[in-house]
Amino acid sequence: MSKIELRDLTKSYDGKVNILEKINLEVEEGEFYVLVGPSGCGKSTLLRVIAGLEKITDGTLKIDGKTANHMLPKDRSLSMVFQNYALYPHMTVKDNILFGLDVKKVPKEEQKRRLAEAAEMLGLTPYLKRKPRELSGGQRQRVALARSVCSQAPLCLMDEPLSNLDAKLRGQMRTEIRRLQKKLGLTVIYVTHDQVEAMTMGDRIMVLQGGKIQQTGTPLELYNEPANTFVAGFIGSPQMNLARARMTDMGLILNDSLLMPVSEEERGRLPQGGRWQIGVRAEQIELAAAGDPLAIPVRVVNTEMMGNETQVLFEVGKELFTARWTGQYLIEAGQDLAIRLSADSFHFFDEASGMLTRAALQIKGHAALTA
Amino acid sequence: MKKTQIAITYVILLIAAVFMCFPVLFSLSLSFSDLSDILRGDYIPDSLNWTNYVNAFNTQPLLHYMINSAITGVLSTTLQIIFALLAAYAIVFIPFRGKKIVFMIMMATMMIPGEVLVISNFQTIRSWNLLNTYAGLILPGLASTFGIFLFRQNMMQIPRELKEASTVVGISDFGFFIKVVAPMVKNTVVTLAIYFFLVSWNSYMWPLLSTTKDTVRTVQIGLRQLQNTEAVSDYGMMAAGAMITSLPTLLLIFFGQKRLQEGMTKGALK
Ligand SMILES: Nc1ncnc2c1ncn2[C@@H]1O[C@H](COP(=O)(O)OP(=O)(O)OP(=O)(O)O)[C@@H](O)[C@H]1O
Ligand SMILES: [Mg+2]
Repeated sequence: MSKIELRDLTKSYDGKVNILEKINLEVEEGEFYVLVGPSGCGKSTLLRVIAGLEKITDGTLKIDGKTANHMLPKDRSLSMVFQNYALYPHMTVKDNILFGLDVKKVPKEEQKRRLAEAAEMLGLTPYLKRKPRELSGGQRQRVALARSVCSQAPLCLMDEPLSNLDAKLRGQMRTEIRRLQKKLGLTVIYVTHDQVEAMTMGDRIMVLQGGKIQQTGTPLELYNEPANTFVAGFIGSPQMNLARARMTDMGLILNDSLLMPVSEEERGRLPQGGRWQIGVRAEQIELAAAGDPLAIPVRVVNTEMMGNETQVLFEVGKELFTARWTGQYLIEAGQDLAIRLSADSFHFFDEASGMLTRAALQIKGHAALTA
Repeated sequence: MKKTQIAITYVILLIAAVFMCFPVLFSLSLSFSDLSDILRGDYIPDSLNWTNYVNAFNTQPLLHYMINSAITGVLSTTLQIIFALLAAYAIVFIPFRGKKIVFMIMMATMMIPGEVLVISNFQTIRSWNLLNTYAGLILPGLASTFGIFLFRQNMMQIPRELKEASTVVGISDFGFFIKVVAPMVKNTVVTLAIYFFLVSWNSYMWPLLSTTKDTVRTVQIGLRQLQNTEAVSDYGMMAAGAMITSLPTLLLIFFGQKRLQEGMTKGALK
């Protein structure tokens, strides 16, 4: 029902600095599209441009194939969920949910029906007579969602709707929003700065940084083949370990300090050149078996015990690397440890530009996907 | 808080209250005293003597003046509130070129004492033939910078998202103003209305200049005329007149006090 297309979209508030630069993007009908990026990268701005709350400086926006650059917000048939919920404090939950339907000339009977349905769906029926301040954060969030549901707009824009909730509630609401979206067949553009939300919710993700698209793709594409060091560091938790690497006769040297032996076969699969930035995920760093000739000695700086897994931090030059192992390892800080690294599990990025030159050849757990 | 601290606070408040109340209580007691007693220096009446009140009403058409004051008060208050609300709304929610400058100029006018403008206002009102009319009384005070400022501060606390959520569903500026902004600044409206009414009721200078006949003359002028009518001022009667004219304001403050305090201190949102 609603398809969004952006062509070379540029936005500047003051005519000097481009907050968004040449954004190209296509969101399919019924897709859950996530915009993710660090604070201030222009996510909200992009969303507000799509909503028609901000003027477009350059480029085109198409909604359902029609150019919509100058279309009024109300004619774009979309609903919006704001970070702080945008509930009207002097109105009851019911009036908040039905807000705007009068203007759209929706008959009273129809409004009643939609209200009952949305309230039922989101478990708000007992609270309809209350004011927003008499609700908990999660309930307020649901009121905002209910408003969006009642509007029956085919496109829903959400700007960090879960950022004010605690971790547990956030987890619940993630599932709830996703379920709602599938059930109603909504096209959703969802803004977040939380990569976990992006990974778990998105059909597709766009990573934005400094007003420029860094990469678009499915969550796994971003995880397995990050287009550059920024995406590599941004997607995934714990953060991907990044280091400078150069090739010598002895092997790879990371951050000018850690020597890592490389087997002949691995050497043959290295990309062109002799200097790169490399990235390796925490779960790809393994504990070396006793007597392994390729083992690398490191000194543990700290360990974080999660119960089901253990994260071990050690120094590589001036940077800290994190290794993640399933199980409970009681390792003291300061202890010496032998680890095993494989160049096949490294992502190689251009030393200067940070662009991906070779993605990791081995990805742990990847077999599960193809099996 | 410690007990002594509370005690000290109360003592200070009590002294302040006595100071504040003294003129009122003094007038009250004068208003029930004979002129001869007053001239002898006996300011405490033996009994409730209403003669002064009767005299005050007989000497001047006080009731008529009070009605005039009420009419001007209600009209000017209502209009000032409406204009201030609309102006503040425009400043806060409608983007337009030169907004900052317009607002700065508005604020700058707060620095100009009203008396400075009296002459030009008088010329204007006279040339429009509005002397001795309600319009002439009200017109110069319709734009209250203070009101605009207070409403602006209030409206700035309304999150931008509330406006945007309205825009997205297609609610016009006017609709947003009526449905959302006005109810949300309601407390400030009440506070300012009380304040505007009091200012209007107590105003003296402009009504004195812009009225020459009894038809629209307001109560403060009437009060002043009580003094002029005799060679020896009848202090008791003047006090009685003062009591009568301050009664409405006292009532207003008495009933509106809570709202006044809240509005002035709390920013009045939420
Ligand atoms: N109305 C505005 N006028 C001028 N600059 C603005 C305006 N709104 C946002 N900006 C600037 O645009 C940039 C992007 O802002 P935006 O709100 O889109 O960031 P964001 O990615 O949503 O960040 P966050 O995660 O913190 O919400 C910021 O540098 C911000 O200062
Ligand atoms: Mg934002």
